[in-house]
Amino acid sequence: MTNKSISAIFAETAEPRLATPGMNRATIFFLIVTVVGLSCGVLAFIFGHHIIYNNTREMPWGMLISTYAFWAITSTGLCIYAAMSHVFGGTRMGIISNRMVWMSIICIMGAFATIGVEIASPHRMLIYNILSPNPTSNIWWMGTLYGLAVGCMIIEFAGIVTGLARVALILGVFGAIAEVLANSCLGGVFATLPARPYWYGAQLPIYFLTAAFLSGAAATILFNVLAYKIRGEKMSHAVHLGVKSAGKAMTLVLILYTVATFWRLVSFYVGGPELGRTAADALISGPLSINFWVVEVCIGLLIPMMLIILSRLENVGMMAFAGFLVLVGQFVARYDLVVAGQIVPQNLGWDGLPSYFSYVPSIFEFGVIAGGIGVVAFGFLMGERIFGKTFTQKEHH
Amino acid sequence: MDIKDLEKEENEGIENLPLEERRKFLKMGLAVTGVFLGGSVLSLTSLSHASSQINPDLDIPVEGQYPYPKHYSMVMRQNRCIDCEKCVEACKQTNHVPDGHGAYRTAIQERLTTENGSEKREFRPVLCNHCNRPPCVRVCPTKATYKDPETGIVVMDYKKCIGCKTCMAACPYNARYFNHEKYAIDKCNFCIDTRLAEGEKETACAAACPARVRIFGDLKDKSTEIYRLLHTPETKIWVLRPDTGALPNVFYMNA
Repeated sequence: MTNKSISAIFAETAEPRLATPGMNRATIFFLIVTVVGLSCGVLAFIFGHHIIYNNTREMPWGMLISTYAFWAITSTGLCIYAAMSHVFGGTRMGIISNRMVWMSIICIMGAFATIGVEIASPHRMLIYNILSPNPTSNIWWMGTLYGLAVGCMIIEFAGIVTGLARVALILGVFGAIAEVLANSCLGGVFATLPARPYWYGAQLPIYFLTAAFLSGAAATILFNVLAYKIRGEKMSHAVHLGVKSAGKAMTLVLILYTVATFWRLVSFYVGGPELGRTAADALISGPLSINFWVVEVCIGLLIPMMLIILSRLENVGMMAFAGFLVLVGQFVARYDLVVAGQIVPQNLGWDGLPSYFSYVPSIFEFGVIAGGIGVVAFGFLMGERIFGKTFTQKEHH
Repeated sequence: MDIKDLEKEENEGIENLPLEERRKFLKMGLAVTGVFLGGSVLSLTSLSHASSQINPDLDIPVEGQYPYPKHYSMVMRQNRCIDCEKCVEACKQTNHVPDGHGAYRTAIQERLTTENGSEKREFRPVLCNHCNRPPCVRVCPTKATYKDPETGIVVMDYKKCIGCKTCMAACPYNARYFNHEKYAIDKCNFCIDTRLAEGEKETACAAACPARVRIFGDLKDKSTEIYRLLHTPETKIWVLRPDTGALPNVFYMNA
């Protein structure tokens, strides 16, 4: 048990070496990106969500929902790997797990920032999620569980920083369980809508969890490599082994995710509702085909797989690039999933409707996305600056 | 008798068939149709616990098996619709539906079909189906949308709506819209607040329809026209997107 003043704690965890002019500029830059980006979302509350965003009656969800899902899924992945390392040991990721806990918190903050300006009346959410909860609603469970998860992780992280190892361990486990359940409910939000055959089905929640393991591993590699890049230092052998473990996990999950994507799409062509098949066509040969083939498949799956093989899990720079490409692929994959579920008119054949609605995100939606990236980048840099030593020292238990 | 011997027999034709035989045959046909119809209407209207009753009277819905004191439904006699849109206008006026941004509670869809080699324009009125297993109600995080316990009508409690739009994504009928004046999701509520609460027996759209396409009423009341229409044995009745399992309460027929 420790009884230190806050300034003493920060003195132990901070990394003053990182207070360079370059780092300061980068931190301020991302802070500005955050403020400007999220201001686009604030405009929605002033001028109206229906004016600022390009969502319609027919396509109520767009890029903000998909980006929320992307950050939330990445957060889940980071949290699971960190908890597994803390609880079971055995993996070499233990040494980098403190950074993963921090980045998991930061990614969920990016997710909350994005959805916070997407929802039309978040103030009502704060009141009626508590006063009028609906236990059959996936959205309710997802919000509640992600809230619980972030609460657990913040206490866990406080435990890590102050040296309360037992608190950190227990809260870490609760946080990870809440994250997995929340992720599952996020998948369930889409998977339990029979009106949308492209989403409906038992595979989707597992698919989301697979995506979490993929994005989480990719983010682990990327953020750790970047952390040493900004220090201008070579990784220690132990950290290198940790990153290598993440690389192995990413390779394995890349294969699983590719298989899951393949069968998911095949299933639409062997029967089932026409709406699902037409939606799948949007990815295979329709308006989302460039997104799918070029970004999701080539940039997000095939090239990272090749890079991982070429790196032989030794060249961390190459692995970090592979991780970055995986995250780009996953970002676009979430977009395609959300859009494809709504892009086919439900009353196709009537009113002379085309096979696909047209949805292009507004400039403000892109602004909010930039704001979310700003939150994560700013959080990463601030974390390295304030808690840098915690991230590089050995595990806390 | 052996089938080969039967082939050698001369066809007796139907000219000499006694009337009684004909009646028996017709009765059998009606009974078969009735049983099938009974089954289909029941599966369309009932909740999962409403059991199938194969009886010649087709006595459905079964008393005591519906959770609401009233069971409001609508029948669309689709082939009568002429797309005059008086229903759309009446709904807009009565329920203060705002302009633009995809705001409407009811609409008329149209398409071109081919019948006997000639093109035909077909109109289909649509609105909220007030489903017995409403996907929108299940997904709402704050119970801002719910089945009214008195009538089974799917209604909104605007102050609780957080605007997550999950109900819009969940609805198989595109029946929900973002009401930018109320800053909440909105939908058809069978005029529960604007007309039924005032003692009116019909929704604004049904009252405004000059072709009497829309027949609104309480399905549990056997004296209503909607009850009679849904229990006329020779009528073919269908619902939209039955595959979603939402058990809608808006029925379509040509009559």
